[in-house]
Amino acid sequence: MYHRIMVPIDLAHVDALEPALQVAGDIARLYGAKIWYVSVTANTPGPVARTPADYEKKLTAFAMQQGVEHGQQFESRVLISHDPVADLEDLLVQSIAEIGADLVVMQTHLPRKLDALLPAHGGKVATRAPVSVLLVRS
Amino acid sequence: MEPERNNKEAAEEYAPGERLPPPEGEATLIDTDYVIGQDNLTASPLGINLDIHGKVFAISALVTVFFLFVTLAFQTQVEPLFNAIRDWLTGNLAWFFILAGNVFVLLCLGLIFSPLGRVRIGGSEADPDFSYTGWFAMLFAAGMGIGLMFYGVAEPITHFDAALAGTTAENGVRTDWSPLGGAAGDPQAAARLGMAATIFHWGLHPWAIYAVVALALALFSFNKGLPLTVRSIFYPVLGERVWGWPGHVIDMLAVFATLFGLATSLGLGASQASAGLAHLFGIPEGDVTMVLLIIGITLVATASIMLGVDKGVKRLSQVNMVLAALLMLFVIIVGPTLLILSGFFQNLWAYVAHVPALSNPFFREDANFSQGWTAFYWAWWISWSPFVGMFIARISRGRTVREFLVSVLLVPSLVSVLWMTAFGQTAINQFVADGFEGVKIAALELKLFVMLGQLPLAELTSLIGIVLVVVFFITSSDSGSLVIDTITAGGKVDAPKPQRVFWALIEGAIAIALLLGGGLVALQAMTVSTGLPFTLVLLVGCYAIIKGLLSEPRG
Repeated sequence: MYHRIMVPIDLAHVDALEPALQVAGDIARLYGAKIWYVSVTANTPGPVARTPADYEKKLTAFAMQQGVEHGQQFESRVLISHDPVADLEDLLVQSIAEIGADLVVMQTHLPRKLDALLPAHGGKVATRAPVSVLLVRS
Repeated sequence: MEPERNNKEAAEEYAPGERLPPPEGEATLIDTDYVIGQDNLTASPLGINLDIHGKVFAISALVTVFFLFVTLAFQTQVEPLFNAIRDWLTGNLAWFFILAGNVFVLLCLGLIFSPLGRVRIGGSEADPDFSYTGWFAMLFAAGMGIGLMFYGVAEPITHFDAALAGTTAENGVRTDWSPLGGAAGDPQAAARLGMAATIFHWGLHPWAIYAVVALALALFSFNKGLPLTVRSIFYPVLGERVWGWPGHVIDMLAVFATLFGLATSLGLGASQASAGLAHLFGIPEGDVTMVLLIIGITLVATASIMLGVDKGVKRLSQVNMVLAALLMLFVIIVGPTLLILSGFFQNLWAYVAHVPALSNPFFREDANFSQGWTAFYWAWWISWSPFVGMFIARISRGRTVREFLVSVLLVPSLVSVLWMTAFGQTAINQFVADGFEGVKIAALELKLFVMLGQLPLAELTSLIGIVLVVVFFITSSDSGSLVIDTITAGGKVDAPKPQRVFWALIEGAIAIALLLGGGLVALQAMTVSTGLPFTLVLLVGCYAIIKGLLSEPRG
């Protein structure tokens, strides 16, 4: 059913991503699909990594660890942005096509009042993605 | 929801104790245990995510509220006080500002020709983040656009006028405002001197001030891996202490200068735009018009930062650049074309000829000019430098130091010369050749419109002029809010969106409060006073640049 699953990752909030990682791992096993861990990070030094190359290295390490845990095939990919808060959704949607993903599994929070003003990233990706998007709520 | 781990643990887990990989290609990272954001507070009150540096955010906010309160409540008492501080600084320390300005220019020019110019910001293999057009547009829009609109006509004609009147003295002290020795009764010489003095204030020196801050920040952030915040410049001097109180104070000062610099400019700009609207369309000048203008500017700026650097700030800057270029071309073509084109080279030459005397910090006879104009300008540029410099740093990754300095120093200076020549020379020519005295006697904020009034299609060009003034304010306001947000988030550029919106709205609110309550000019004087501590920051920046560059691989 699915061959390539894209899972957006924020290494600064890995614990909060646990449900999505679990679901993505299960689906990948079920269909024998490959998982792509995708991160958007700033080009300036940040909390997780002080250089983009450093971030890439850490994401690869994270992906390997996930691969061992869930026993599926994986790839990782870092997208670098000057303004990640503003460009996150654009870059993720773009990445779907570049990877050729046919499913996106993404962690998101419960709906809240402020969403009308500042919609959640997951919801925005879902409205624009050309493929199925599974939003996993915590 | 599970509690979030702190960033330090997250960072440790994925690369325990390993050497940090450099950015793209070779660069020499600074080895520090500090993790960006380790002192930050994260919370979600009312569902709004926050990620702020607790001390810098809280104290800057309190100090801001305090100054705002004092200025509004004790207006009549503080205005003379703030003005006295500014006058004392620009009067007694004029030599220091002028000398420091020269140091910045010489350092930048020196670096262009030195082998250190080959170092690339972001590592030896880094690719530029922005194209030249996007980059230039943002450089101008953030740092100088509004001033060029405003002083393009006003400053050359003012210096010309003062120089033409010659010098006057009382008890051996010069009381006139003419630059250097003036040029009594000689319109040609007065025009050259006036243009040289204007170019001096808008050319190499201000851009060198911005370039020093920008280069230092870019180097320590993109090559050395330190957070993108002003305190990082001090790392070579203070070492690990920059993460403590000395660093907090430096960052707070930067927030304070940026916030009040922007708010007072926003307030003054609104009064100028409203004067233009009154002059053109007879729209009643008053608080209502100005408050509406500020609200409008703030809302558009907010939308722009919601869209981000690429989709918001850059696009707006490009639109403005095109409009400004069209206006300048119009003035060149419709105005005295040959005079402007030959004037460009003559003024450039006049600048070169006069700059040694104009930039001399000691034993100045033209005290009014060197203190009231030059030192005031230097203090003003310097108080804006944390904001403009940090924004320039953020958009300059991937350029070599040489490319950076040519583009941030030389090209903008030449554009300033062309701009000042087009607008200033045209205005001076209207007086010298046509005997038109309108521009000379018009109020400062109306001089541009009076000059355009003598050219065809005056209504249209004046309208474009007002639009440009307004949009340049928007582009300063949005980039300024991004900068304040980054500093108060401990150098994180990916802090939650509501924070940047907060700062944009606060700026508008401060501007409105000052406009209605009075005290704009007083607080502007206070902001200029932050130029003194920042001059020291910049001098440290010069040292840090050299020290930092020496340890970098030279592509």
